Amino acid sequence: MQIDLRTVTIDPQRNTFDHLARRFGDKPASRYQEGSYDIQAAENLHYRPTWDPEQALYDTSITRIVLQDWYVLKDPRQYYYSTYTLARARQQETAEANFGFVESRGLGDAMAEELRDAALRVLVPLRHAAWGANQNNAFICGYGYGTAFTQPCMYHAMDNLGIAQYLSRLGLLLGDTEALDAAKQAWTEDRSWQPLRRYVEDSMALRDPFELFVAQNLVLDGLLYPLVYGRIVDDELSPRGASAVAMLTQFMSDWFDETRKWVDSVVKTAAAESDGNRAVLAEWIHDWRERAAAALLPIVELALGARADEAVAEQLTAFDARVAKTGVTL
Amino acid sequence: MDMKVQKKKLGMKERYRALTRDLGWEPSYRTKDELYPYVKYEGIRIHDWEKWEDPFRLTMDAYWKYQAEKERKFYAIIDAHAQNNGHLHITDARYLSALKIFLQAISPGEYCAHKGFARVGREFAGVGTQVACQMQAIDEIRHAQTQIHAMSNYNRYYDGFHAFADARDRIWYTSVARSFFDDAMSAGPFEFMIAIGFSFEYVLTNLLFVPFMSGAAYNGDMATVTFGFSAQSDEARHMTLGLECIKFMLEQDPENLPIVQAWIDKWFWRGFRVLGLVSTMMDYMLPKRVMSWREAFEIYGIENGGALFRDLARYGIRPPKGWEDAGKAIDHMSHQLMLGLYQWSFGTAFHSWIPSDEDMDWLSAKYPTTFDKYYRPRWNHIKKLAAEGKQYKNFGLAKLCQCCQLPTVFTEPDDPTLICHRETVYKGETYHFCSDGCQSVFEDEPEKYIQAWLPMPALFREQQGDIAAWMDWVSLRDGFDNGDYDGSRDQKHFKEWREIATSNR
Repeated sequence: MQIDLRTVTIDPQRNTFDHLARRFGDKPASRYQEGSYDIQAAENLHYRPTWDPEQALYDTSITRIVLQDWYVLKDPRQYYYSTYTLARARQQETAEANFGFVESRGLGDAMAEELRDAALRVLVPLRHAAWGANQNNAFICGYGYGTAFTQPCMYHAMDNLGIAQYLSRLGLLLGDTEALDAAKQAWTEDRSWQPLRRYVEDSMALRDPFELFVAQNLVLDGLLYPLVYGRIVDDELSPRGASAVAMLTQFMSDWFDETRKWVDSVVKTAAAESDGNRAVLAEWIHDWRERAAAALLPIVELALGARADEAVAEQLTAFDARVAKTGVTL
Repeated sequence: MDMKVQKKKLGMKERYRALTRDLGWEPSYRTKDELYPYVKYEGIRIHDWEKWEDPFRLTMDAYWKYQAEKERKFYAIIDAHAQNNGHLHITDARYLSALKIFLQAISPGEYCAHKGFARVGREFAGVGTQVACQMQAIDEIRHAQTQIHAMSNYNRYYDGFHAFADARDRIWYTSVARSFFDDAMSAGPFEFMIAIGFSFEYVLTNLLFVPFMSGAAYNGDMATVTFGFSAQSDEARHMTLGLECIKFMLEQDPENLPIVQAWIDKWFWRGFRVLGLVSTMMDYMLPKRVMSWREAFEIYGIENGGALFRDLARYGIRPPKGWEDAGKAIDHMSHQLMLGLYQWSFGTAFHSWIPSDEDMDWLSAKYPTTFDKYYRPRWNHIKKLAAEGKQYKNFGLAKLCQCCQLPTVFTEPDDPTLICHRETVYKGETYHFCSDGCQSVFEDEPEKYIQAWLPMPALFREQQGDIAAWMDWVSLRDGFDNGDYDGSRDQKHFKEWREIATSNR
C-alpha cells in the first residue's frame, strides 16, 4: 500500500537560489550545488590580511594558475560534507572489520617475520608523510579560492589524517608501540627516508595553493600510492603470504582509486583553460616529479631491493600516461 | 622484535597520542619559521606546544562514524519536512524573518569560520592544536551546508531567501556579521582563535544558538530544530576548543596576558554588537517567544560569562572592557535596532512589522523599566501614522559605525534619550562610531578599520544613490522581499496554503 505523504500540492515560487539559477537555470539544484557554488564571499571583503597586506582575504592571485571562474573545478564525486562523510563511514566500517579479522585470527603473528618486518619498515614511517599531506591539504583549503576547489581539499586533509592513523594502527597491530617509535626514528634519521622527508618539508614551505596541490596530490601521491600499495603490498608482499597487510591497507588502495579521479579532473580542467595554465602545470609537474621519484626510490628499495629502479621507472611511465590524459605535456 | 609477547593495552590517551600527536616531527630541511611563518607574528609566546591538552581525543575513524550517523538523521528529517510541507507547520510566516537574517548573515559566518579554521589548522605549530582546528574547519562547512539545505525548502515558497549569496556581499546589515568574520580572518592565527574560538564559540554562542534553536522549536520549525540538535555536539567540541586555547596561551607565558586581554576586550564588544541582530529576533520576530533578549543575556551573558571570567581571573584576566556598557544596553538594544530595521525596511530582504498590542504588553512585562517609557510611545506613533496611510519609512541613509557596521541607532549608556555618537579623526578623515567600545577597537588598529567596506557610501559610489538600482544590485525584489509583513506576499501565501492544508478545500 502506498501512502501519499503529500497532502497538499503547492506550486513553489522558485526552484532554487538566484546564484544557482544564474549558473544552471531555474531548476531544482542538487545538494552538492547548493552547498558548494558561490558560498565563499567574493566581493567587498572588508580588510586585507594584516599578516600579508599584499593579498586579499580570498585571493585568486596567490597562485600562478589563472581561471575565469574557480567553480569550474567542481568535484566529479560531488562531495559535500554529507556525501563525503557517509562514504568514509562506510569505508571505515570495512577497515574496522579488516583490522578485527586480522587481529582476531592472529594473522599478523602468522606472517613470516621477514614479511612483517618489511611491511613495518616500509609502511609505518609513511604515517609521517600522510601527516605532511594533511598539512598541505589544510593549507590548500585555507588559502585556495572557491569552495568547489577547496572543500574537497579539507576532506582530503582529513582523509590524510585518517590514513596516518590507519598506518599507525597497522604499526601497533603488527609491531606494538616499538614499531611506531622505530618508524619515527627512521623518518627523522634513516638515510632511506630523508629524501622523502625533505620533499614533504619543502612542499610545506610552498605558499601557492595550486602548486602545492600538484606537488602533493598529483605528483607525490600519484607515485607513492601505486608504488607502495600496488607494487609493494599487492604485488610483492601479498603473494608471499602477507595478504593480511593488504587487508590493513585496503582503505588506502580504495581511497587512491577514488580520489585520483578528482585530482585528475582538477588538473585537466585547469589545463584546459589556457596555454598559460598548461605551461605552469607542466613546469610544476616536471620539477616535482623528478624529486618525488628520487625520494621514493630508496623506500621502494627497502622492499624490492635491486628491483626498485625498475618498479619506479614503470610507475613513472604510468604516471606520465596519466598526466598526458589531463592535457598537460611534460 | 618478539611478536609473541602480549601487546601492551594502550589507554585512550596514550592511543590518541600514538595515533595523532606523534605524527609530527622536528623539521630539519626547513626552518620552523618557514613552515609556520605566522606563529610569532602577534607576539604570543609558545614555549611548548606539547603542553596543549586535546579537549577531544577523536580519531578520524570515530569522527566519520559519529558524524555519518548525525548526517543520516538530519537529512531524513529535512527530506520529510520538505515532503510534508513542513513550512506550513510554523506558527506564522513572520517567523521566517528570523530565518532570513540567519541565512543571509550567520550562515556565511559559518563558512568564514570553516575557512579560518582550515588556515589556523595549518599555521599553528603543534599537532594537537592543528587537528582540533581542522576538525572544527570541517564541522563549520557542515554547518554552512546543513543550514543552506535546511532553508532551501523555505526558499522555494517564500521571499527573501533567494539571494542570500548576493546579500552576503552587498547588503548593509549582512556587513555587520561579515565584517566581524573578515576582521578575525585578517588577524593572525592566535587572534582568530580568540575571536571565533573563544569569543564567538564560547562566550557568545549560547546567546545565538540556544534562543535561536528553542525559538525554532517553539515556532514549529522542525527543519531548523533538526539542524540545531545536529550541530549541538559539534558546538560542544568547538566551545571546549575555544576555552582550551585561551588557557593554553595564558599558561605558556605571562607576557601573553596583556595581548590576550586586549583581544578579549575587542572581541567581546564586536560579538555583542553582532548579536544585536539576534536581540531583535528574540524580542520581535518570533511569533511565539521563548524568552526575552534580556533574560537570555542574564543567563548566558551575566551568569555564565561572569562565572567564566571569575574562572579566568586566576590568570589575571578581568571581564572585558565593554562588559558594563553591555549590561546597560541590554534594556534598549533590541528595541532601538528593531525600530531601525522597521524604518529602513525598504532596504531589507526580510519583513518587519509594528508589534501588536499583545506583543507590546509582553515587551513591557519583559522590559518593565524601559519599554513603556521609551519605546511603546514610538511604536504607537508609528502605528498611528500607518493607520492614516502614512507608513513611517526613512529613506535617508543611516550613518554606519566604522567598526561594527550597524547604523548608529544606539543611545548613551547612561542616557537612553541621547544617541551615542563618537568620532575619531585619523589622517584627516573623520570616522564615526556607535559606542565607546567600537571607537576604541578602531583606535587600536586604525590602519585596519579604515579599510572597512561601508555599504552606505558604496550605494552612492556604485549606484549614484539610485535606490532602485541598488535593489537590483543586491537582488532585492521591491514589494516582495522587503517592507512590512502586513500585506506581504509571504503573509498572503502562508494564510492561503495553511487553509488548504487544514481544510477540505
